[in-house]
Amino acid sequence: MASYEHAHHPPAADERPMPPIQQLGGATLVLVVAGGIYTAAHLPRHVPQGPTIGLLAAACVLLAVNIILLARIENFAWSSFRLVAGWVFAAYIIIAGMLEYVFIYDDTRGSQLVILTAMLAVFAVNIPLLLGFSVARFQDP
Amino acid sequence: MATLAEPIPASLAAPRPRTKIVPVQGLPVVAAVIIGLTVAIATNSQWALDFFHVVGGGLWTGIDLFLGLVLGPILGTMSIPSRIELSGRLMPKLLLIMPTLVTMTLGSGFQLARKLGNLSASYPQHGWLVASYIVVGVMAVIALGLLEPANIAVLFEMRKPEPNVARIGKLMRVFIYTAGITGLMQIATLVIMTKLASS
Repeated sequence: MASYEHAHHPPAADERPMPPIQQLGGATLVLVVAGGIYTAAHLPRHVPQGPTIGLLAAACVLLAVNIILLARIENFAWSSFRLVAGWVFAAYIIIAGMLEYVFIYDDTRGSQLVILTAMLAVFAVNIPLLLGFSVARFQDP
Repeated sequence: MATLAEPIPASLAAPRPRTKIVPVQGLPVVAAVIIGLTVAIATNSQWALDFFHVVGGGLWTGIDLFLGLVLGPILGTMSIPSRIELSGRLMPKLLLIMPTLVTMTLGSGFQLARKLGNLSASYPQHGWLVASYIVVGVMAVIALGLLEPANIAVLFEMRKPEPNVARIGKLMRVFIYTAGITGLMQIATLVIMTKLASS
């Protein structure tokens, strides 16, 4: 029955197979949060940078893969994605800006500041991507 | 598939007010809280940091416990049209309230711990502090990775002329379960924070 319907009508928005954007976004979030916890557990002392750089690099790779997978989806509701992701990005820029302000205010400097800023940047891109996809996948293109 | 087979209840097919995603009248309150928090951090005022941390944390914990352990199970037993009616009014408000409370609590809490010297590894309760980071980290992953996407997707689905009831039901189950998990995790936060405050 279902296959008969599929043969005659284009599939509804959430019936189409989608790449694992949500899972990869979740994994990116786990890596960034783990890096944040590891850093916060060591502050205000020197934070060993190997683990944080490793977590950050893995998060960047997952985020890049996710953006590529997302860009390759055909017949996607891009207008819905842009609407949600744009507003969420605006909100997260404020949140990330607040956190960056606290880091600078508390004299975080040098490579530690660069790593934390990069983590915030990954966070501020990943969450809008995740939320934009969650909405757009159920909308008609 | 269930998404195709589920009929749309008459109460949903009838004309209904368009669901708001973000209640814009709440934005000035959010802006005031963020400005107040910035001033508290910039001035390093003990009272202001305490105020933002205690008020934000108390409300965040209370709302999470209420949603996860009281309202969530009630929602689970309601009919889907009733759930949609309630969540259409509740979820837009949570979309503003929860991120504001989280920012308020974590921003002031971190600054407070730094000011009091609690971040230092020599602080006797440092292990409890790290445990609180882990609890908050796990809650953040659940909230941002599962709960919030389900919440926003439900709101957009409800704006459609003919919402897919099965899809809303499925997404709301995610919302109810994740709210329950974060509610239970807030009990761990209460244990850790009272332990820290009494040490």
